[in-house]
Parts: sequence; structure tokens; C-alpha cells
Amino acid sequence: MSSVKTLVITGFGLNCEKETSAAFETAGSEVSRIHLNDLLEQPAKLSEFHILAFIGGFSFGDHLGAGTVFSNRVKYGLKEQLEEFINAGKLIIGICNGFQTITRMGIVPAIGGFFNQEVALQHNDSGVFRDSWVTLKVNESSPCVFTKGMDLVPVPIRHGEGKFVPMNDEVLKQLEDGGYVAVRYADPVSGEQTSEFPLNPNGSANDIAGICDKSGRVFGLMPHPEAYLSPFNHPHWTHQKINGNLPSEGLGLKMFRNAVDFAKENLV
Amino acid sequence: MVYRLEMTPRPGVGQGTGKLIDQASQYFDLEIASAAKSDVLTIKANISDEEMAKIASEIVNPVLQDSVVGQVTDREFDWYIAIGFLPGVTDNVARSAREAVGDIIGRHLEEDEHIFSSREFFVKAPNLTAEQAEKLGSELLGNVLIESITVLSFADWKANGAPENLPLIKSETEPEVNLLTLEISDAELETTSKEKTLALTLREMKIIQEYIRKASDDPKRKELGLEGKITDAELECLAQTWSEHCKHKIFDAIVNYTDENGKEEQITSLFKSYIKRSTEEISEDVDWLVSVFHDNAGVISFNDKYDLVYKAETHNSPSALDPYGGAMTGIVGVNRDPLGTGIGSELLINTWGYCLGSPFTDNADVPKGLLHPRRIRDGVHQGVIDGGNQSGVPYGLGWEYFDERFIGKPLVYCGTVGLLPRQIHGQSGADKSIEPGDFIVMTGGRIGKDGIHGATFSSEELHKDSPVQAVQIGDPITQKKMYDFVIEARDLGLYRFVTDNGAGGLSSSIGEMSTQCGGCEMDLSKAPVKYAGLQPWEILVSEAQERMSFAVQPEKMEEFAALAAKRDVEISNLGTFTDSGKFHITYADKTVCYLDLEFMHDGLPRMEIPAKWEPPTHPEPEYEDSDISDDVLELLASLNITSNEFKCRQYDHEVKGLSVVKPYVGVNSDVLTDASVFMPEPLTTEGIVLSAGIAPSYSDIDTYHMMASVMDLAIRRTIAVGGKLGHIAGLDNFCWPDPVESEKTPDGQYKMAQLVRANKALYDYSKAFGVPLISGKDSMKNDSTKGGKKISIPPTVLYSTIAKMDNIEKSVTLSAKRAGDLVYVVGDTKAELGGSQYSILKGAIGNSVPQVDADYAISIYNAVSAATEKEICHSVHTPAYGGLAVAFAKVAIAGQLGIDVDINKIPADDLSAQELLFSESNSRFVITIAEESAAEFEKLFEGLPCACVGRVTLDDELVFRQGEHIEAAVKLGKMSKSYKTTLDNV
Repeated sequence: MSSVKTLVITGFGLNCEKETSAAFETAGSEVSRIHLNDLLEQPAKLSEFHILAFIGGFSFGDHLGAGTVFSNRVKYGLKEQLEEFINAGKLIIGICNGFQTITRMGIVPAIGGFFNQEVALQHNDSGVFRDSWVTLKVNESSPCVFTKGMDLVPVPIRHGEGKFVPMNDEVLKQLEDGGYVAVRYADPVSGEQTSEFPLNPNGSANDIAGICDKSGRVFGLMPHPEAYLSPFNHPHWTHQKINGNLPSEGLGLKMFRNAVDFAKENLV
Repeated sequence: MVYRLEMTPRPGVGQGTGKLIDQASQYFDLEIASAAKSDVLTIKANISDEEMAKIASEIVNPVLQDSVVGQVTDREFDWYIAIGFLPGVTDNVARSAREAVGDIIGRHLEEDEHIFSSREFFVKAPNLTAEQAEKLGSELLGNVLIESITVLSFADWKANGAPENLPLIKSETEPEVNLLTLEISDAELETTSKEKTLALTLREMKIIQEYIRKASDDPKRKELGLEGKITDAELECLAQTWSEHCKHKIFDAIVNYTDENGKEEQITSLFKSYIKRSTEEISEDVDWLVSVFHDNAGVISFNDKYDLVYKAETHNSPSALDPYGGAMTGIVGVNRDPLGTGIGSELLINTWGYCLGSPFTDNADVPKGLLHPRRIRDGVHQGVIDGGNQSGVPYGLGWEYFDERFIGKPLVYCGTVGLLPRQIHGQSGADKSIEPGDFIVMTGGRIGKDGIHGATFSSEELHKDSPVQAVQIGDPITQKKMYDFVIEARDLGLYRFVTDNGAGGLSSSIGEMSTQCGGCEMDLSKAPVKYAGLQPWEILVSEAQERMSFAVQPEKMEEFAALAAKRDVEISNLGTFTDSGKFHITYADKTVCYLDLEFMHDGLPRMEIPAKWEPPTHPEPEYEDSDISDDVLELLASLNITSNEFKCRQYDHEVKGLSVVKPYVGVNSDVLTDASVFMPEPLTTEGIVLSAGIAPSYSDIDTYHMMASVMDLAIRRTIAVGGKLGHIAGLDNFCWPDPVESEKTPDGQYKMAQLVRANKALYDYSKAFGVPLISGKDSMKNDSTKGGKKISIPPTVLYSTIAKMDNIEKSVTLSAKRAGDLVYVVGDTKAELGGSQYSILKGAIGNSVPQVDADYAISIYNAVSAATEKEICHSVHTPAYGGLAVAFAKVAIAGQLGIDVDINKIPADDLSAQELLFSESNSRFVITIAEESAAEFEKLFEGLPCACVGRVTLDDELVFRQGEHIEAAVKLGKMSKSYKTTLDNV
């Protein structure tokens, strides 16, 4: 059996290539890191992969709004190949700047079809960049492939523009009704979604931290599951160790395992 | 055709102008009712209306923005303030827009097609005068060094519309090399140095004069038409190379030191006698020093795969003038040090630390011409936040220290840890070389007038004429692209040598590289410039940012250039390295410099500086009747102890997914850690411990003990998180007031003696601890005379350490973990309140500064390391500012548990409660353990001062008792509030 292949696109100020690669590798995938300019020289190469990752960072310095210039370049250079990729049942994840990029491009949530922007990530309500750990509550009724079998997930956020906003109330309703909402900010104690700062760190509508398309195969989120691969990444691991509840691996890893397992079953 | 694309926030999205309104009120006491903002792109290009409409629809975010091609006319406000860039300044938003437009219209824009970005603010403030609106524009919204600021009244705007933003360059100046004669009077030599911001003394000017006289015999100089003259560029180049900033003249000087007993001693070079010598001597005993002192950063070995690289810098003078720009170039600048070390390191972790005036300083106490410390603080943080975050490098350690003497010049420390392959292409990653015939290649940003004289202006005090163009402007994304390129080119083996272009620009980087092979020939007309009209000397010394210099072997040049083109990185081939012994620079066919390399680098004889140590005596304060509960709360709220989490959380510390012990720890992640632990790569077992110490207040008593204390502090903080002695390296960053006696500095001998004493301690304790120094930096002119008042900083040393940890799983944090655990104090507490934060709180200095007994300290360190190795410590914390009282408080706050301590059990001689609780004695730890581990734990400390002083409790208070008598009891909630409120949202 040939192996699952993941493509991590790099360049122009993106910066999470190493840990995102480690996440997919640990989950059992082969990973290629390719600079966007090199990919645009040979767009057909995209079809060799099963999973595509738009990673975190500051593509083009967030100039003209986070994700704008990068998503524009991808859209003009790879539109057909990307559509084919999605239609072939393959997987896409966009993390942080990658999430901003894929919403900007309109491949998630894509309620009304591809390449039509319906949601955006706005400046945090606090007005400043924030790095802190949050707890995500997985929406069980979402078809999202990446969050399958997960419930509460601690992960770090690191962003200045992470407030999830829909185009209008109608879009928000469709997102909620259609199971597009994959993860929300939640209170780690009660396990319930919350709009309270800093548990919801940016003021996102309906506490939405991540969404998928209707197939559940295209997924984007602001927090960084790839920054919780090791149990020793957790801010309270020294407490967990003494209390005997230190997990054997970082809980963010499961999202990547889910993706690779899905690809193994369905795409390879 | 010129199009204007105006983008405004959609209704309900928010204008993002809250900060403007708050800061106008905080900084200037100006009241703004409301403000709206537009982002504007001005596009001068050969495109059609349809193409423009398409560009607008793609660039505008339809969820967040409305837009109009043209101008929004339906507005009401009082003042229009537009901020654009000055001609020639890099406009990064416009550069990105250019990329996007190219993608959209399917062709690259031509050289004569332009895009410019600007921001427009529409301010409702009925009482604001035109002058005040200008002030908002020039001091809050814009930066006059790089930006144009246009202020219009509502009526003007209504009548004439927004002015077109097309800052095109119109310079027609021809490049020229001016020949100067140095056959002038001494007074004129001095005037020349001053007028050109050369920061050269008369003695140095006369050495150059003499060199030019002798060089007249050189037939080649005659042939080049330079006989008896010096070029403007040569003079500039020598000024940069010989600047205090680059040459470290004070640390290299002959010092005639007299101690308190009148005993005289001559020291030739503090650097060589103390810093370098201690490392050389230690290197006989350790096998993990790879490259020290000679490269851009120090290198130590880590494991079979990697070496570790570490460097810390200061960027004080630029940050005083332009806090945001100065600090940003501080962080992205120090990133280039590891990148330019060895064959090029990956950037792993940033560190930062600032010494500032209090943000709550009364306006009346800030001398005219200086920025208010709150503005400096906000700007400095934002600069390092933006620079670090956009570079994708997490921060590992960050701290602030406040003292009113930092109002004149803030200290802005930035450091970077790098990861260097141990072996690459069959050789050590730390090795690099240059062969004659290799090409001189520069990569990165273009050269402009920004950052000219950075090295020389920071080598003198900040005065009213300090040149504003000395501040460089950083662009982290250009650097990030270059960084990615360098690492890729490194892995492909496409160059032989790399170094940073920092202070002194090409004159320094190529000047230093030339010593590797013995010369160079470089043509400055091939250097990419931001705009025409730069003079050759300006190109040579400009410190424009984001540049690295390379030696590329001729056979690799084509591949190197091709990769750069694919990565959108600009490179230029400026000439070749030679073995002629000459620093030979041309501009096309004009000779710019023809200097002997030997003279450039070794032509400056050592200075001789007198130093006389007279120990100061301060009034001895008495603290008997203070209320300890109040003291604890006041200390927790005081600026040097309080949490600065609000600012810290704006720095990314998780990118790369390597953080193990984070900057803030505890159940609410809200207490500053002792030290931080990182993995070098995802999912490793081995780790890196970063720690630091600083104690400027101890310098008021004796810099010898200040130095010893900060070293002990940094090392014991490493031990506290689970580290151990044996594989720790140190960095010294000295920031001093001018220590050379002169009319301006009548107490120079004392300040120089302080410098000598700090160095003596640095040698003594580096040796004693076996912790070698691997890199360092000094900044020796931290005085300001602005506003007619001389303000000098207290002598300050940041001592940073980097250590290897074998197993990150054994890391420990300082938070109390479980009620019922036993609380131990390890190490003796002494009557050492001198220079303590407690004394500062009480308005005193005192005399009994904390001291360090190295042998005893090492026994304590080793015992604590043995305990963490056995994994029996539930928490470890080492007391610093505020002594044991603050240490217990932090352990309790972090664990959200109570602590009950009998202070009579604290290992000490007969001390008062204040001395027991607030002395900042060194080499101590507060440790909590499970009761069942007590015997095993105590055995490790046999023969050492170590006592169980109490327990962790479920009562939410910190209790200090003497037997049955409760001396003080402070509620957890109150302590948290004191610790967390002072700088919250500040």
C-alpha cells in the first residue's frame, strides 16, 4: 500500500512548516514542504497529494488584511487544481493564517459554492495580538473529518485577527444549521461554549473557533493543534504529571491522526 | 492613469481607532470624541477601469470592508489626517499590493507603474486645534522620519478632497566622491568630526591625519588621485570601524585602576583580561565550546545533530528616538547575528528585556525633548512584538525593570538563540572561510538613507542634535523571505561565508570579511538602492536593514542567483574578495576608498583610562515598625515585581510548538517563571534552558557584588526549572554611563572603577561556576543631555545563560501543586537588604548588598539538581526581588493554594522579620515536596542550610508565623490582585 502524502505550502512569511510537518509525520503521513512559487511552476503536482495544509504565519506581512495576497495568488495560480483536489474527496486544513487564507479564498465554508467569501477573521475585540491556551469544544453534529471522536481539546491561540465574523445573520444560521461549525471556544471546567474573555479570546460570533465545508473535508481553525504534539507543551503539564493525568501524547495530534487515517481508508 | 482605492470598515465591524482615542488622552491629554479610518491605495498604472474594478473586488474583504474607487465623500468630522510614506521609503503594503495586482491582471507592473499605500483618519474632536491635530499626526499616527503627514480641516477636505498620495522620487543628485584635506588645525579636525557625526576624538583624527600623510608615498594612491587627501567615504568608513559601538574601545583600553586602599593596578583590556581569559581558562576543562567571541554569536555544542548559538544585543539610542522602529530593528537585527554565525543558523527563540522609566512618571518630570517613558514603553514593546511575531520566532524570556534613571536612555535588550547543524557538507557548521576570487554578494533590502551613522551616534550621548536618520526602519517580512532563502542556500551549499550587515553597513561587514582573505574590490554602483541620489559614502555606511553579506564561490554564483530570484529575494554581486591587503571600493570608475585593511582594523592604539574606586556610603535605613502584610502587597504591586502579562501575551511564545516551561506558569498561567525550557525541535527529549539576571540597584553599592548576584541569579533560575551546572554558557551585556573622565563626565574615574569591579566579578564567578562566557556586547554611552539635564543610567549588566537539559520531562515549575506538601527553604538568609526592592520601596538604598559565596552556592545548586533529577520536587522557585516573602507569595498565587510558614525556621542567623522576609540573599530556593519524600530530600541537603519551614495549605492565605504567633497573614485573592493589577492593560 502506498502511503498518505501531505503537502505543506511554505514561503512569503509563513512560519509553522516544521511543526505542521512533524504533526503529519507523527500521524503517519509523508510530508513535502513546497514553496508556493515552486508549486505555481508546476500546478499539476498538487494532485499527487492527499492532504493539503495551509499553515500559520504572516503571509505577505498580513498587508491588505490577513491572507489576502496569499489567497489571491493561490486562487489565480491554482484554482482549477484546487477545485479538482477538493472534488476528488481529498483533505484541506487551514490553521491560523491558513484559515484566514482559505476563508478569504472562499473554499470554506463554501455554502454557496467555491471561491466565494462568506466569513472572515477580524481584529480581536481586545485590539491586540494574543498568545494563550484555550479549550475547544468539538461540535459532534459536524461532519468534520479532523475532529472526529474528539470532545474538549486544549490548544494555543496566537493571533491578532481571529474574531470569526459571518457575512450576515443568514450565513451564520446556515453555518449553525448545516453542521459547518466544527469547534468552538469553551470553558474548560464546564465544557460549555463561552463568550467570556479570555476563554473566547477574540469575541468570535457564536464562539466559533473553526469551521468546515459541508463535506467535512475542508477544515479551518484559528487555534494551533500542531503546537500541542507533545504532552509537555501543555501549560499545566507539571501539574498533570503530579496529578497522574498527563496524556501520553499532545492532544492536538489527534486532528492530524484523524486526517491521515481518513486518507488511508479513502484516498490511498 | 491614477486610481485611488479607498477601503473602509463595513458598518458594525468597528473602526479600529480605539487605541488612537486612548493614547491621545493618555499621552497628550487630548480629547477625541470619535474617529474613523480608511486604508487607501493609490495606483498609477496603465490599467483599465474594468481591471481596476476587478482589483478592487479581489483586494477588498467583502465581509469586513466597503470600498470605493475614488473617494468616500459622505463624511462628517473635524480633522482629516493622512499618513503616507515619504519618497523612497519602503512601502511594504504597497509592495504586497503590487504582487496581488500582478496576479489579478496577469502581468507584473512595470518600473514606471507605481502603487502607494496610505492611511486616512477622520477625527471628530470639536475642541482640537490645528496644532494639536498636527501633533496627533506626527507623534501618534505617523512617524515623521519615514512618513508624510497631511492635516486638513473638514472645510478644506470638503472643498478640495483628499490630496493625491504619489510620493515619487525626484532626486537628480549625481554620485560624487569628495576629497578632503586633513592638513587643518586641531580645532578644525574636531569640528569636522562633530559636524559629520563621526564621534572621533581629536586623538583619533590625528592618527588618521598621520596615516594619510604616510600613505602619500603609496604610488597607487597617487595613481588614483588621492595623494595627500582622504575621501569622504574613507573618513566615514574609519569612523564606523573605529566607533565605540564597533570597536569597543573602552573594553579594550589600558585602565589604570586604584582600589579603595590606594593600591594601583594596570589592566590592559578588560575584555581580554577578564572576559576572554575566563573563557579560555574554562575551555581547558570543558569540551562543548565550539566558537566563542570571534563570530556574530557564540556557539556551544548541544547534541550529535546540532550546536546552539546565542547572542544578545542592545538597541538603546535608536529606541530613545523612535521606540517602535528602534526596537523592531533591535529584534530583527539580532536575529541576523545567529543567521550570520557559522554557515548560518536557524532562528529558534528570541529574548527581550527593557530598562525603562516608570510609565506612571509625571509629565513634569520628563525633560523637554525626551519622550515620556510610557510612550517609549508602548513603542518598544510593539516594535519587538511585531518584529518577533512576524518573523515566526517565539520569545522565551522577557522582563522589564524600572528606574527613573532610564528616562534619558531606555535600555532595549534583544537576544536570539539559533540552531546550527553540527556538520554540514562535510565540515563543522561553525566553520566558514573566504578564498580570494570569491564574489562579494549582498542580499535583502535595498539601501537608503535610513540608518546612516547608527554606529557613531550610539557611540555618544543623546543630545539635542542627535541625527534622526540614524534610526533604521525594519521590515520583518523582507527579512523572513531572506532568512528562508539563506537556510535553503546553506543546505544546498551555495556559498562559503555569510555574515550580518549591521552597524556600519557594508563598511563593517565587508571590511571584516576582507580580513578573512586579505582584501576586497567592491563597486558600490552595483548595490541596489531605494532611490537615486545616494552618495557613495552613504551607500557604504548605511545601516538599511534586512541585509546579509556573502562570499559566493564563482562556480555557485549562477545557482545562488537563480534560487534568490525564485524566492523573491534581491541579490547583488558587488565585486570580489582579494588578498591585496586593501579595502578598495569604487563607484563605477570613481575610487571611493583605498585603505590598508591593517590600518582599518589595527591602526587605532589603545586608549588609557583612569579609574578610582571609592566605596560609597549610604544612610543605613531602619525598617522596624512596618506592617509585613502591607509590605508584601506593596512589593507585589511594585513595578519591578508586578506581572507584565498583559504585554507579554502579545508576544508569540508558542510558534514552532517547542515551549515546555513557558514564560508564565501556574494553574492560571499568570506568574512569571524563573526560567524557560524549550525543545530544539518538535518532540525531542533534550531541551534548552534560558535564564537571565539583572540588578541595577545593586550597582549603587558595589558593581562587584551586582555582577556576582546577577550571575548567581541567572544560574539558580536555571537550576530552579530542573537544569544543572556543567553545560551552561553565559552572555554578558554591559550598559554603562560614559566612564571616561571629561568635562561632561567629572565622575568618570568612579564609573570606570565600577566597570573594572564588575569585570573582576565576571572573571571570578565565571571561573568559580565553570560557566564560560561565549558572547557579549557593551553599550557605553548611556547618558542623555536633552532638555539641559544630564541623566545617566545606573551601571547595568544583563547576564543571560543558555543551558542544555538532558530530559525536559524532569522540568519543574514554581507553582505549589498540592495542599499538604512540605515547604522547604534551602540556603542561608543574611542581613542583605542593601539595594533590595524592599529598600527601594522604603525610599532607601542601604549598604549591605547581597554577596555570593561561589563554593557554597555550587553545593546548593548541585543538591537542588539532584532533587529535581530524582523528580521529588513538586515545585522549585528561587527568590529574587522581594526576597522570600515575594517568593512564597508567587508559589502560592501560581498554585492557588495557601502556604503557612514559621519564619523562625528559615535558615539564618539572628535576623529581624524584615531581614528574613525581604533580604535578597543569593543562592536560595523555596521548594515544595510530598511529605513522603522528606527523608530522601533532606538526605540530599545534609550539611547544607535547608529547613522545612511550613506547609502548602487549602486555606487561601499566606501565613508568616513565629511559632504560635502569627506575624502576618495575607489573602490569596489580595496577593493575586496586587501582583496582577499595576500593569494590567498598561
